[in-house]
Amino acid sequence: MATLIIAEHDNQSLKGATLNAVTAATQIGGDVHILVAGAGCQGVADAAASVAGISKVLLADNAAYEHQLAENVSLLVAELGTDYSHVIAPATTAGKNLMPRVAALLDVAQLSDVIRVDSEDTFARPIYAGNAIATVKSLDAIKVITIRGTGFDAAAAEGGSAVIEAVTAVHDAGISTFIGEEMAKSDRPELTAASVIVSGGRGMGNGENFALLESLADKLGAAVGASRAAVDAGFVPNDMQVGQTGKIVAPDLYIAVGISGAIQHLAGMKDSKVIVAINKDEEAPIFSVADYGLVADLFDAVPELDGKL
Amino acid sequence: MKVLVTVKRVIDYNVKVRVKSDNSDVDLNNVKMAMNPFCEIAVEEAVRLKEAGVASEVVVVSLGPQAAQEQLRTALALGADRGILVQSDENLESLTVAKLLAKVIGEEQPGLVIMGKQAIDTDNNQTGQMLAALTGMPQGTFASEVKVSGDKVQVTREVDGGLQTVELTMPAIVTTDLRLNEPRYASLPNIMKAKRKPLETKTPEDLGVAVKAHTQLLKVEPPAQRQAGIKVTSVEELVDKLKNEAKVI
Repeated sequence: MATLIIAEHDNQSLKGATLNAVTAATQIGGDVHILVAGAGCQGVADAAASVAGISKVLLADNAAYEHQLAENVSLLVAELGTDYSHVIAPATTAGKNLMPRVAALLDVAQLSDVIRVDSEDTFARPIYAGNAIATVKSLDAIKVITIRGTGFDAAAAEGGSAVIEAVTAVHDAGISTFIGEEMAKSDRPELTAASVIVSGGRGMGNGENFALLESLADKLGAAVGASRAAVDAGFVPNDMQVGQTGKIVAPDLYIAVGISGAIQHLAGMKDSKVIVAINKDEEAPIFSVADYGLVADLFDAVPELDGKL
Repeated sequence: MKVLVTVKRVIDYNVKVRVKSDNSDVDLNNVKMAMNPFCEIAVEEAVRLKEAGVASEVVVVSLGPQAAQEQLRTALALGADRGILVQSDENLESLTVAKLLAKVIGEEQPGLVIMGKQAIDTDNNQTGQMLAALTGMPQGTFASEVKVSGDKVQVTREVDGGLQTVELTMPAIVTTDLRLNEPRYASLPNIMKAKRKPLETKTPEDLGVAVKAHTQLLKVEPPAQRQAGIKVTSVEELVDKLKNEAKVI
């Protein structure tokens, strides 16, 4: 029994979500190998080799893998995957894009967003926007899985000494091309990596008012998130959305401002260690999950909070 | 160019789902069903492509029970031209759905396939990518913008931390994210007109696909409930609690 993890990276650095997948792989048991597929990504392979618990790094360094297009990388992973009992990736947009394509090439199912490992073939995952948790047994010889980071602690980034083995197989399907990307530039931490998150909902009223939250976030070293209602209303872009169909987060402190607490939002943040809710509607469902609730007008409370920090 | 769209019949977005007392599954008896919200966005995008003169025909496909005809009729009322129901009362896993759709695509030969990125029941986010693998097509998942030019389609994708744009050689598969468009409502005249649009029913056997289980659902439980905490009366008290009790700031 052995697990192949697909590393999440940008050719420069190994992304944190990979470390949570390593912990899941360790719980499954057996050897843990990791694939770094990219271009000019030797540094990522070196970082992966020092992660505790990994015995081998497979490095596929080729121009065909530079932007990790699913059409190309899936062919590589499907070829390598036949030597493994489990093939897993973080349930990030990259993992979600790639892994079902791998599963179909291997003619097996995929288990998405796994939050708990019960045994080598049985796993728990949220369904219906987190309103229910399903325990599912895989009947396939190769189990293809994406791991929800909030379900597993991060493995130690140091302490391992895996061997690095070059993979020479080159797959270029020739049907897709990377054109460009526009990454949000921010000095604040990424939502999924932040230890403090300040989120706003429909109660913010408009996009400009998010400046109140940004100021508060800067004091706390926090990331800024939003509810789906705020995204749907056009206040802020979709990549700020916390919820079942957006980002799933579990920071040490989550401050929900003007968020009523729709189930789809709660599904994305209810594993946070401490939840603070500020809302003028004392009946808002967000208060039923908040450790500290403040019934107040956010336009008074947020500047006051900002001033007292 | 023909565009193929898929729609899934799922529990209505606004209904709170409950787990059955024997923990065998969620209870879907007598609950309101509707078209999966991401599929609505897919239908809207296909109809807009037709209105823009890019698509010549919009074919909508659903897989599931007889009652999924309702969602096909909704899609027809929104502007799709023709419906196909692959009828089965069995539990169709994503891989099986992808295999069935691959057969439909073999028959229909669309230039573009638009699907929701995930259904709000099982939350799998798999079928589009699996279908792309089985048909050898490129995939533009989590799309926030779709631009067709010649035999290529440029898809802007919502990825962690921002947007990525890829160019795909058609035929291609696109899965929709929230910001792609804002779906319209069906007008009464269009709902009436939809009743006369063609709707064909097939079975998995007709398509030569065996329905196989790759997973077994052992149990379904409600999520662990989080206990409500306390209400503070002032910002001052809140700051004090966060500093001295929770010790998170």
